[in-house]
Formats: sequence, C-alpha cells, structure tokens
Amino acid sequence: MLSFILILIAGVFFTGVIIRTKSIASGRKGPGILQPISDVVRLFKKGAVYSQTTSFIFQVAPTIYFSSVVMAMMLIPFGQSKGLISFNGDFVFFAYVLALGKFFSIISAMDTGSSFEGMGASRESLYSLLAEPAFFILMGSFALLTGYTSFQEMFAALHLGSYISYAIAILATFVLVMIAMIENSRMPIDDPKTHLELTMIHEVMILDNSGFDLGLMLSAGYLKFALYGAIIVNLFIGMVPYPYAIPLFFIIQFLLAIIIGLIESFIARFRMSHNPQFIFALTSVSLLIFFGVLLVLGKFI
Amino acid sequence: MTMIPAFLAIGFFVILTIPFVGVKYKGILVYLAIVVNAGLTGYLAIQALMGMPFEIIFPGNMVTGAIALRLDALSAWFILIINFIFITGGFYGFFYMKAYQNLTKNLSLHGIVFVLLYSALISLTVIQNGMVFLIAWEIMALSAFVGVIFEHEKMATIKAGFNYLLQSHVSILFLMLGFMWAAYKTGSYDFQVLSNFTADEKGAATVILFTTFFVGFAFKAGFVPFHTWLPYAHPAAPAHISGIMSGVMIKIGIFGILRMMLVIKPDFAIIGYIILVVSVISGLYGVMLAIVQHNLKRLLAYHSIENIGIIGMGIGLGSIGLGTGNLVLATLGFAAALLHVWNHALFKSLLFFTAGNIYQATHTLNIEQLGGLIKKMPQTAFLFLIAAIAISGLPPFNGFISEFILYSGLYHWLLDARLLSLVAIVFAILGLVMIGGLAMLCFTKAFGVIFLGNARQTFKHEVHEVSFQQLIPLYLIVFFIVAIGFFPVFFLKLLIEPVSLLAGNSAVAGIFETNTMQAMQQISWAAWGFIALISIIFMVRKLVSRKRTIAVEPTWGCGYVKPTSNMQYTASSFIRSYTKLFKPMLLSYKKEKNIQGIFPTDGFFESHPYDKLEKWLIDTPIMEFKSFMSRFIFLQNGRLQFYILYGIIFIISIICIPIVYDMFIHLIGYFKQL
Repeated sequence: MLSFILILIAGVFFTGVIIRTKSIASGRKGPGILQPISDVVRLFKKGAVYSQTTSFIFQVAPTIYFSSVVMAMMLIPFGQSKGLISFNGDFVFFAYVLALGKFFSIISAMDTGSSFEGMGASRESLYSLLAEPAFFILMGSFALLTGYTSFQEMFAALHLGSYISYAIAILATFVLVMIAMIENSRMPIDDPKTHLELTMIHEVMILDNSGFDLGLMLSAGYLKFALYGAIIVNLFIGMVPYPYAIPLFFIIQFLLAIIIGLIESFIARFRMSHNPQFIFALTSVSLLIFFGVLLVLGKFI
Repeated sequence: MTMIPAFLAIGFFVILTIPFVGVKYKGILVYLAIVVNAGLTGYLAIQALMGMPFEIIFPGNMVTGAIALRLDALSAWFILIINFIFITGGFYGFFYMKAYQNLTKNLSLHGIVFVLLYSALISLTVIQNGMVFLIAWEIMALSAFVGVIFEHEKMATIKAGFNYLLQSHVSILFLMLGFMWAAYKTGSYDFQVLSNFTADEKGAATVILFTTFFVGFAFKAGFVPFHTWLPYAHPAAPAHISGIMSGVMIKIGIFGILRMMLVIKPDFAIIGYIILVVSVISGLYGVMLAIVQHNLKRLLAYHSIENIGIIGMGIGLGSIGLGTGNLVLATLGFAAALLHVWNHALFKSLLFFTAGNIYQATHTLNIEQLGGLIKKMPQTAFLFLIAAIAISGLPPFNGFISEFILYSGLYHWLLDARLLSLVAIVFAILGLVMIGGLAMLCFTKAFGVIFLGNARQTFKHEVHEVSFQQLIPLYLIVFFIVAIGFFPVFFLKLLIEPVSLLAGNSAVAGIFETNTMQAMQQISWAAWGFIALISIIFMVRKLVSRKRTIAVEPTWGCGYVKPTSNMQYTASSFIRSYTKLFKPMLLSYKKEKNIQGIFPTDGFFESHPYDKLEKWLIDTPIMEFKSFMSRFIFLQNGRLQFYILYGIIFIISIICIPIVYDMFIHLIGYFKQL
C-alpha cells in the first residue's frame, strides 16, 4: 500500500522534473514541475473527438492501458512492505500485465485506419518485445542471487556487500533505466518532442486520442516512469528503516528524473533501423549481470 | 463393461446409416452420436480423474495377442479435451456445412470420417497394445485426410491432403519401427510388458527406443523440423476440421510422447534436455514464420507449432525434474504442459472457428484484402480478440496461467541449477519471453488488419455476421477461456491426478498446495481486481464525459483531405521492421514489376512467404533425388518389348543367381581343397 501511494506521488512530479531539467539544460526557464499534471487535469475536463473509423476498441483501450499500469503499480513493494499483491513469480505477472496494456494501445492505434498510427504501432510492438528478455533475465539473476522469486522477498534479501554486487546493482540500474526509456518511448529510442509523424513511435499512436482518453494515456506514461523508478529505488533500500527510506525514495526518484532529463538533453535519437540492435544489447547487459551473479555465488566452475 | 460395446456400436450404427438418411438429418445423426459417445467416455474419464482408473483386457487374437484397454488419469485428461472440442466443433461444423447442402455424397463421407476420427482419437488414448494402437492410428490418419480434402476440386486442397497423408505415414513408419522392436524383444505388444521389460533395461537402448517413438509422435504433434505438413493441411480443411485437427489431433502426438514416457521410463534427464531444446526451437520458429503469413489459417497453423513448442517445454522441464529428482520441477513442468494442451485446444479451435466465420462472410482468408470487419461482424471480432489475448499468453485469460506455471518451473529450477542447466534455463527463458512477445506482435497484426480500420477491398456480396446458433459453441469456448483465467485454482485441482501419474509420486498434491495454489489464488484476485479497476475507470470516464461535447470527425490525415483505405497500414507494412530484422531466418519469394518511365506504366508487387526448413529438408533432397533418378529414366521408355525384356531378365536372374552362388561356393570349396 505504502509503495502504491509513494509511486502515485512520485508520478506527479517525475515528468515535470524531466521537462524542467531539459529546459534548464537548453538555457530556458521552463514550466513548473506540476505542469504535466495540470495538463492532464485540463484534458480530463475537455470533450473528445473520435474518428469515424474507430470502434469500441478505441473507446476502451486507454482505460485498459491505464489500468494495466495501475495494476503493475500494485505489485511493486517498498523495502520491507509488500506490494498490494505479492506472490512467487509476481514479476512475470508485472511484465505480462504491462504487455496487455500495450496490446490494447497497439490495436487502438490500428483502429483509426490511419497511415501514420500503424507505423507507431508496428514499431512499438517490435521494440517492446525486444526489451522484454532483458527484464526477465535481470529478474532471473536476482532470483538466483537471493533464492526468492517474488519482488518483495528478492529486494528485501538483496544485500549489497562485495564490489561485484555494487557492479551488479549499477548495471541493473542501467538496464532498468533503459527499459523505462523504451517503455515510455523516450530519448535514445524515440523523441517525444519531434514534429514529424514519420519519426515518432509513441506520440504517433495517440494522434487521434483526445479529451479524457488522452489524459489517461499521458498519466499512464507518468506513472510508468515512477514505476520503474520505484523498482530502482528498491534495489538500494532493502533493509533501510522507513524514516530514512521514504526521503531516500524521493531523492532517488528525483535524481533519476534529472538523469533522464540530462540524457534527453545531450543524446540524439538513434536511427530507427539501429534501435533493435541497441535494445537487444540490453539483453546482453543483463546476461552480464547474470554471470556476475554466478561469480558472486561461485557457481562458475 | 457394457460401455465399450455401446461406444463401438453407436459409431458403427451411425456410419452405416448416414448414407441412407436425408441430407438434413445427416448432421444431426453425426452430432448425436458424438454427444452420446462423449457422455459415455466422459463419465469414465471423470471417474479416472477422481482416482479410479479403468482397465479391461480383451483376449484378442493370434496376431495381436491380448488387447488391453487402460483408462488412467492421463487418458482421462485427453479424453475430456477431445470430447469438449468435438462437441463444440461438431456443433459449429453442423452450421458451417450448411453452405454445402447440395453435395450430398460428400457430406455423407464427411459425416462418416468425422465419427471415425472421433472414435479413433478416443481409442488411441486407451489402447495399450502396440498392434491395435497402430491400426487406430492409421484410421485416425486416413479419416483426417478425407476430412481435409472436403473441397477436393481445388488443386491446392488435394496437394495439401497428400502432403499430410505422406508425412503421417512417415510418422507411422517410426512408430511401427518402435513397436516392432518392442515386440521382438518382449514377445508381446502389450505396453505393460514393454514397461516391465524396460524397467530393467537402462541406458542407450531405452533412449533410442524413446527417441524413435518421439520422432514418430513429433510428426503428428508438429515439432520443428517435422512440422511442414501443418501449414498446408490446416488452411485446406473446412474450419471445424482445422479447429479439431489443431485443437486435439496434433495433441494426440503429445499424448503419445507422454504415454511413452510412462511406459519406457528412459533416462529422463537426457530425454528432457532433448525435448526442451527441440521445443524452444519449435516455439520460436513457429511464431517467427507465423508473423509473415498472409493467409489467416496458415498463420494460425504456424501458431500451433509455436504452442506445441510451449507444451513441449513443459514436458521437457517435467522430464528433467524426474531425471534429477527435483519433484517440484517435475510437477510444475507436467502441470504446465497438460494445462497448456487444454488451453491451446480452447483458443486455437476458437481462432479457427472465427477464421471460418470470416471465410464464410468474405470468401477470402487473405488478410491483406480484409479490414474493418469489426463493424460488420462485431461478435466474431470480440471472440477473436479474446482468443488473441489468450494465445499471446496475456492475463487475465487462460494462456497466461499455463505460461505462468512454466515460468515458475523455470525460475524454481534456476534456484538449484549448475552451469549446464543454467545455460539451458537462460535459453528457455529467453525463448519463452521471445515467443510471448512475437505472438503479441503477430496477433496485434492479425486482429488490427482484419477487424480494424477500413475495409481494404469492397466485396460484391454483402458481408454479414454468421447466424447466432453458429456462434453458440464459440461462446462456450470463451466461457472456459475466461473461467480458467479467473478461477485457475479449480482447474489446477483437476490436474493433480494426471500430474501425479506422470511424476510417479503422490506428493504432487502437496507441492501444488505449497507452490502454485498460493500464487494462483493471488493471480485470480488480481484478475478480478483488474476487471474491477477497468470498470471503475470506465464508469468515471462515462460520468465525466457525459456533459462534454463528443464529436465524430475523420481520422487525422496530416492535412490530407481525401484519404483512401489504401493508405492504411497493411499487414506487410506492419511487420516490415520485423522482417528486416529477422531476415536471416525467413525466406520469401517475390514477384515484382517496377513502375518505369516518365509516363508510368502499371506495376505490381507480390510476396509469398516460404519455409526455409521446408526448402532445406524436403524440397532440396527431393530435387536431388529426382535429378539422380532421372539418370535411369531411359529404362522407362514406354516400349512394351523392353518391359517384357526386363521381365525376362528378372526371371532369369532369379533362377540363375542361386545357381551361380552355389557354383561359386563350390568353387571356393574346391580351391580350399587345393
């Protein structure tokens, strides 16, 4: 329960911090960090325009997409406290429930019969499938390291002791940040600020969404960032008591947002044809983590 | 005891009477026979699942020896699946076949083979005598062949049928080899005798015997590289036959593998690794090729290969668990395999039936010509969507449950694995994740292109939804797809008996309780919570936007005012980045004519996806063989005189060779005396 509320709060400011960082890095003052949320609130109050081609899929898809992210949030623990739902192998459910949301966002893009949105849908489905193995191998490494297979038990048992384990934690952070970037269609993969439909991934899929639905789509994106941020926080706070852990949670989330903002400011978007290689390289990084864990456990014969 | 004669008598009676009843009653008669027989066998099967197996031994005759029928929990599980799919498929087929009312003779034959196929499949699950098993196997193969070639006036259908017939006989060849070896060693065709014999025999002999059976059954199940008949046979058959073939007939191959595991008890660890590797490759290869298909039924056929791979992974894990004494792994592996057998039977038959609806409505299965069907056929679209989510392994439906059990098996194995097994685990996890992701890509493509957007082609006839009666069995299947997703615990309890049989240990129930049930309970709550969450948000959305203005406008076209349906994303363009990325694995033949000149002429582009393995393993060897054989074509010159000469040469050599041989021996003897 605690983690659910914390992620909600973090989701409120996370994207704002990213935008602010980008503004400062490019020499502007930038909007306040609550601007994205007030945008969403404004969208919630608006009417909507639907394409005449669309069917009920287009109407329900944003709701299901948003719900899938909220569902995934319920699975994330916070240090010693479990998530709302916790069981052995819950990370499998986590990945698959997010995939369900993606399934609906892809078919809702196809529902408009547009010549652009299919493009985004095609890319999204390919890239997210390529990112998935990295997550599963990462979780496999943690399971191997700790001997548990649920988020909460794994993170609680994750002790950072030796040098190798620090290396593993840093690599894991890298992988998770990159997965978060891919899942949210952010910088090295996709440029949310681009003006040309041909080079977009996520933005082009929601071209026809408006009003409440668009608000749901956007807020799901904000929550997704905080969601992956929370997993990264969990890597480090294992046994820390709450009075320290809660401020630490926000500090790490804040730092993460700044780092993402900096990445977005100083890295250009990859060519579309290079994205799959980059994404699949993440799997090799997580395999590196896996072998690191084998070293720690002395299972390398 | 009276049930078996009753079962046979009903089938026999119906087969004899079908040709003589009116065309309207043929279907009803066939369906009644299936339902009554399903009731009989279902009763026995449920008893066996409750822990009361059934055994009867017929005296048989001189050739076969005693014929044992044993209905244990494993047979029971498969009997229930076969019954369910035949009841729904038969009902669907009854309405599907209405379009062919005037083909009276064909319908009679079709009804007969439908009953035969059902009886053969049920018999195969209980017969435990090698000889009789092969006969039933042959009946199944032949009746399925006749079922496939219902539209025999089409060249492609006949070709597909013969391809299937040939390959299923290669499969029978392997099975025959296995049974003959067994009969030679034990002097009996009974499985029990073979089981007793192999219990003492350890090592290479059992592994080779099992591998022979595995290859034989793998042809039927469609493991790569024995899969090439599937993508031809499924599209050629009528929809209900495709659904039944993919739903249950290829599962009889899985049943055979599991049965032989129980009978032969080979070195489980080695066998497990072999099956695991073959399965992961099957799963990946199947889904990779499924994505590039444009014919909906072919696409579904390749997905059957993928799902057979997933089932095989479960069997592999279970077998490794048995071999290494890891009972939890064995339990989870076999449970995942058996549950996925049912899950796949459910959603794949549903997908084939919806494909049949689409074919009836539009007379085409080429997805590039379809589009926007959700407005014309909303119920079919809804059913297809549920099945698509389920087959992609996404929660909250049944596909997720079996894949989750498979994942928990893999991650459980990870905890006490050594280096070699770790490599296998990483390989399997990567494989399973990629299979899931690729399946999602494939079904977003299929659903998006067929049902969403605008129609890509206008049909001369009106496209409308099929009759509601025809949709009833489809809703029944959906009911189970949803029920397994939302109440997994109940269905897992049914699995306890068959899994304990396979794991050879009754501690399975306890493992289920401690390992899986807790997670399953949570998943079922999560599924309910998810639905509740969606409905709440949807209500809020309704409430908030009630007073707002809702407008309907054309799709955003970037300022272009006259968009046409040809400007939509097509199936090929949707998967273009995928095909570029996976190019080394794929093969496609292209025909194109470019547009040239200042005043453009007409141009066209066609691409036909093909199977690389089929080219390497079947087409190329056949071509080589043909070109070798063509050197001897001068012998077949069509002149009668030459043929008589060959006959004379043959007779003379038959007479002379023994004489010459004798003389030779005599000569050698003579030399020896020197």
